[in-house]
Amino acid sequence: MRALVWHGKEDIRCDTVTDPEIEQPRDAIVKVTSCAICGSDLHLFHNFIPAMLPGDIMGHEMMGEVVEVGPEARHKLKVGDRVVVPFTIICGQCDQCKRGNFSVCEATNRKKYLADKVFGHPTAGLFGYTHLTGGYPGGQAEYLRVPFADATHIKVPDGIPDEKVLFLGDIFPTGWQAAVQCDIQPTDTVAIWGCGPVGQMAIRSAVLLGAKQVVAIDHLPERLEMAEAGGAITINFDEESVVERLNELTGGLGPEKCIDAIGMEAHVSPSMPDTVYDRAKQMVGAESDRPHVLREMIYVCRPAGVISIPGVYGGLVDKIPMGQLMNKGLTIRTGQTHVNRWTDDLLRRIEEGQIDPSFVITHSVSLEEGPEMYKVFRDKQDSCIKVVLKP
Amino acid sequence: MTYSISNIARSKGDPKVLHSGPSSLGAADRLARALGWYSIGLGLAELFAAKRITRALGMEGKEALVRAYGVRELGHGIVSLSPDKHLGLWSRVAGDGLDIATLMTAMRHDNPKRDNVGIALAAVLGVTLLDIIGAQGVTARHSRPHGRPRSYRDRTGFPQGVQAARGAARDFKVPPDMRAVPTLAAVSDRAPQEKAQEKARPH
Ligand SMILES: [Zn+2]
Ligand SMILES: [Zn+2]
Repeated sequence: MRALVWHGKEDIRCDTVTDPEIEQPRDAIVKVTSCAICGSDLHLFHNFIPAMLPGDIMGHEMMGEVVEVGPEARHKLKVGDRVVVPFTIICGQCDQCKRGNFSVCEATNRKKYLADKVFGHPTAGLFGYTHLTGGYPGGQAEYLRVPFADATHIKVPDGIPDEKVLFLGDIFPTGWQAAVQCDIQPTDTVAIWGCGPVGQMAIRSAVLLGAKQVVAIDHLPERLEMAEAGGAITINFDEESVVERLNELTGGLGPEKCIDAIGMEAHVSPSMPDTVYDRAKQMVGAESDRPHVLREMIYVCRPAGVISIPGVYGGLVDKIPMGQLMNKGLTIRTGQTHVNRWTDDLLRRIEEGQIDPSFVITHSVSLEEGPEMYKVFRDKQDSCIKVVLKP
Repeated sequence: MTYSISNIARSKGDPKVLHSGPSSLGAADRLARALGWYSIGLGLAELFAAKRITRALGMEGKEALVRAYGVRELGHGIVSLSPDKHLGLWSRVAGDGLDIATLMTAMRHDNPKRDNVGIALAAVLGVTLLDIIGAQGVTARHSRPHGRPRSYRDRTGFPQGVQAARGAARDFKVPPDMRAVPTLAAVSDRAPQEKAQEKARPH
């Protein structure tokens, strides 16, 4: 089959690879009908996340049709079922899964020995990601083996286009969880850094959950325009001071809730000297992530507020103002998304017409064009915000 | 090759690469990578073999300068190999200028190693040409073209419109483990803050 394969820094190729097979009784094989490139794939593209190996198949946002089911998954899945595959692999039976903390499932990371060393304890297995999270082959491919398939799936009805439900596997629940863990009150200002795909979903989620005002921060005009379309007040950080404008919008109090939809690769600009410092340290390996957004959020957030971090961080950050964080009594909530905790409710909201996540798609291409689209998406060329691939 | 090595870390049933297709790396990216590694190699040589270099060029006494250039060269290399490679290559072009100027000072008639200096100059000029081609190439390949971005004005994501969407999911119950700061709601309800926020109406 064909698949997008990681060969090294900025080197992703559309290769011919062997087909996946059922390995465990709980496995299923899915024929992928749609998959997407995610912002976090770009961290892998830049080799900023440790423990990728040449030959790894990319992709963790995918859906398709079940074509083969292992004997122990047959009570939940059958050939022909239409499923979205969540990016977190879950067993559905461990303590964490029972609590709904699916992204830290204790049973699905098959490289536990690696994760134990680096994270202290393992987190869930993830598709198309580093070997720290199991090194499972991803879904930017024609076929995908889904381990623990009896739990790791979201069934979707026929008759609703792929584009409307594909993002149930990652970015929609990710933006939703980012907003939910802010515990939004009708009096709240929710400030969202980053108007990429997750930021766009977080904006819509905060609007649906009834925030008083949603403020979106970016500097790319097309992304700000999409944010505004979704009901956000926008701040272009190339043109105005984020801190000043947020204070102005909140009567000098600061936003109660702040969401970091940027993560480890904050934009670098001489007008934000800390980003240049971080970039230099990152280049020589003295720091793995550029936490400009964290610093700004901690500074501007209203005391006793919440900082929600769906943005991906990889390792070590520097100059985090713990003094401000502690004295202001801020709450930090973060984590990979507990996808299946939210998807039944979100699928219903899509079906009822409350939201249509397909608004974010700007490019739809074949799998062969995938490698070039990584470049286009990374360089933000052609007003690219979200790429869907059709294997 | 590298796959067979990395396949050792791979589970038995995981798909293996049979043959490779087109890459996300363009020709300019590959040139940038080669020049980046060249910078690292040259930098290390200047740093650790400064004496031999100055002797070969009849520039005895300039070892400290050559070592400093070595450090500079390593910097060019690291940036050229990073995603910000255009900065690395343009910095290499500037560095080439500095190298040429320095070598010109050794092109004196009384320098017995004048021939070597000539060869070094020719080599630097050649590399400068590659640097310029590479720098222009990666800049063109990775920059956002000017001109009007596509319009996403109608991409609300809400089939019933933004107004209908505001608060439409208030039926959602935040699970107890994700409730944040219950006191904040009470605090936010107090009048002085509302007054303050009224002053700063959004546009
Ligand atoms: Zn993703
Ligand atoms: Zn589990």
